[in-house]
Amino acid sequence: MKGSFRKPAQLMLVLVVALSMLLSACSGNNNKPDPSNNGGAANGGETKAPQEFRFTLASEPPSLDPALMTDAQSSIVAAGLYEGLTRLNTSGEPKNAIAKEITPSEDGKTYTIKLRDDVKWSNGESVTAHDFEYAWKRALNPETASEYAYMLYYIENAEKYNTGGGTADEVGIKATDDYTLEVKLYTPAPYFPSLLSHYTYLPVNKGAVDGKPEWASEQATIVSNGPFLLKEWKHEDKLVLEKNPDYYNASAVNFDKVTISLINDENTVYNLYDTDKIDWIGAQAGSVPTDRTPQLVKEGKAEITSVASTYYYLFNNNKAPFNNAKIRKAFSMSVDRQSLIDNVAKANQQPAFGLVPPSIAGVEGKMFREMYPDTDFFKEDVAEAKKLLAEGLAESNLTALPEITLLYNTSEGHKAIAEAVVDMWRQNLGVEVKLANQEWGTFLESRKAGQFDIARSGWGADINHPINFTYDLIHSKSGNNDGKYNNPKVDELLNNSLVAATPEESVKMMAEAEKIAFAEDMGAMPLYYYTTVTMIKDGFKDVISDYAGHIDWVFGSKE
Amino acid sequence: MVRYILSKFMFMLLSLFLLITATFVLMNAIPGSPLQSEKATSEQVQKNLEAYYGLDKPLIVQYGTYLKNLVQGDLGISMKKKFQSVDKMIAQSFGYSLRLGLSAIVTSVVAGSVLGILAAMHHRKTLDNSAMILAVLGLAIPSIVLAPLLQYLFAVKLRIFEVAGLNGPMDYVLPTIALASGPIAFIARLLRSTMIEVLNADYIKTAKSKGLSGYVIVMRHALRNSMLPVVTYLGYLTAGIITGSVVIEEIFGIPGIGKYFVQSVTDRDYPLIMGITIFYAIILMVTRFLADIAYVFVDPRMRVSGGKVGK
Repeated sequence: MKGSFRKPAQLMLVLVVALSMLLSACSGNNNKPDPSNNGGAANGGETKAPQEFRFTLASEPPSLDPALMTDAQSSIVAAGLYEGLTRLNTSGEPKNAIAKEITPSEDGKTYTIKLRDDVKWSNGESVTAHDFEYAWKRALNPETASEYAYMLYYIENAEKYNTGGGTADEVGIKATDDYTLEVKLYTPAPYFPSLLSHYTYLPVNKGAVDGKPEWASEQATIVSNGPFLLKEWKHEDKLVLEKNPDYYNASAVNFDKVTISLINDENTVYNLYDTDKIDWIGAQAGSVPTDRTPQLVKEGKAEITSVASTYYYLFNNNKAPFNNAKIRKAFSMSVDRQSLIDNVAKANQQPAFGLVPPSIAGVEGKMFREMYPDTDFFKEDVAEAKKLLAEGLAESNLTALPEITLLYNTSEGHKAIAEAVVDMWRQNLGVEVKLANQEWGTFLESRKAGQFDIARSGWGADINHPINFTYDLIHSKSGNNDGKYNNPKVDELLNNSLVAATPEESVKMMAEAEKIAFAEDMGAMPLYYYTTVTMIKDGFKDVISDYAGHIDWVFGSKE
Repeated sequence: MVRYILSKFMFMLLSLFLLITATFVLMNAIPGSPLQSEKATSEQVQKNLEAYYGLDKPLIVQYGTYLKNLVQGDLGISMKKKFQSVDKMIAQSFGYSLRLGLSAIVTSVVAGSVLGILAAMHHRKTLDNSAMILAVLGLAIPSIVLAPLLQYLFAVKLRIFEVAGLNGPMDYVLPTIALASGPIAFIARLLRSTMIEVLNADYIKTAKSKGLSGYVIVMRHALRNSMLPVVTYLGYLTAGIITGSVVIEEIFGIPGIGKYFVQSVTDRDYPLIMGITIFYAIILMVTRFLADIAYVFVDPRMRVSGGKVGK
């Protein structure tokens, strides 16, 4: 019996051979060898070597159709594929791209935009003013069902057309000739050039798009006009972009090839970086694992940048006890934000006392928060908070607080923060707040329906302007004001800010509204301004996290 | 036999129909919608979206439309991944999961059998003990621990394999080991215990006394009878493994089908939820069916009773 298996090693050998045969047979048909991949990986020091840049995204763009994009992933890829009228520079200011000249009329309501005449689509056609007119009207067409169509509502009759009450012809967009676009707005919008850089304002090629709703879901049918061309799109696996030789400003583009792998697991992303398979982590393009962050920052390997996003808690302003401003203040003032950041969030976030994040621009090259700091909105003060709580309870004719629940969307990170905050309330105010979490879809529905006492919230910018965090969040009519904060004085200031004569005045009114909402009313409870942790390999230049915390890689280079 | 297969098939169709109906109802009962987003959209835009995807119609009409399209082989388009058809998403991602899954199954069966046979033949000796310790480890360490460990050790530290991706034959090694470790251990233990039993049976003793070599006895006589429970297990294993593992796919960056099980529900991507559920159900039914049939062929006793098999 023993004789036959005296050499198990032989059997193992047979096994390994059989297995490897199976594997090579399996992979033979579907994984074409990719010679370009090996070429790019060679780390030649010469300047002539082709430049490759590699990063990851957590999930693939749901769409690369400018009218249908809504998320960071899509916008990061689209920034390389498409060119709009303007583009934000590394400081977040709009610079002319396809636009040659943007001239507002005297009342600031009509913009005449002259276009460059040397921009080409990837199918060889010229990019003209008609493409913009077509693209914007297409996004507004109710049949397109664009979620971000409201980004175009600044344009005359745009909302009317989008909501089914008007026609495309009434919309205030007109290509007066091939290279002139005339845009009529409802109100003077000094930030219109900045708005023009948003992806909803990108042009599309009519021939490629008309009657083909699926045009942007495969590599082969995408027609683009930007610095890069999409060479390969293996769904859920990777996207490969290559420099567009016909781009009008091709000399500014340094990367020859950009590979975007779709990887969700952050430890895997970190391991890819560690083994030199990717060149960048952070700013929505992968995230540095939280437990590694402090060490990496200390070693100088990772960098922390502020991001135009705010983490805050909503009070249900319509429901006792949080229909009382003093009780809202008591809760907000009894939280130690710095301790929350140092011990729980751990990425050097900045304590928030308002909603407009520090990376949002103000006017004349100054940041909004430099002009209107939020540090005097209120102070964290336990004694004062206790006093306010007692007064608030008396005002509301309550002897004790009713049962209060803090609702957050299921995630380890949000849980840790919620537990820490609830603990601070217990220690500082002696109140017991329950925790509840819901899965994202359910959570959104509860929050929209006002089924909460306190609910977690986070908000990121669509455009680099304080309007994003004021009008969108604290105006009583805003659909995003889920806590139903309502102060007519704030509404009036915000309404007036839209029709203000100068950008300075407009921004000032927004700042005043924000101050009332927090210093006087504490309509919500700001916690911190987000940051992003980024890492980049040596030798790369001009790849940054932009004001919104999205990677801006398009004009980067490698030494 | 034909009658047996036919009745099984009808039963499968009926179960599938019930499953589709139940999934459709449950999916629409959970709060949330595929069209919701954190940012408020105007009522009209929301209506535009609903009209676009036919969600403005009564549920029963939506259900009817879905069934009608399904019968024509149309699984619809995803509501999240704009204009990607569900059948294509399933086909593409299943390709990866299937290749990886088959590699894991073959590895499990071969390695599990070798370990099991060796252990049984060296019953209560060092080889048996060490094989069984290995098996207990394989069963005890979950893949969520094993996969990152393998990745760190062999890809980051030793740099023998790639961290992520499925681009060449070598890339299959780590995820295959991570996927197969549990099944290898299970098969090894299963085969060992049945084989020990079989090896003590009278006919084996007869064969031994006739002077046949140990190798011939095991391969020709004992193995076939010991394989029965393994075949049963294989039916279940195959369905589980080729439909992908969320954990392994996440960690090794494999664009397989596993993640859609969770993601489609999180996204409330109705057509994808339906498509994935139906696909999974079919895989499960077909593999169980095949296992039933295989049973008939492996075990001659089953052939006698004809139509009553498998109950």
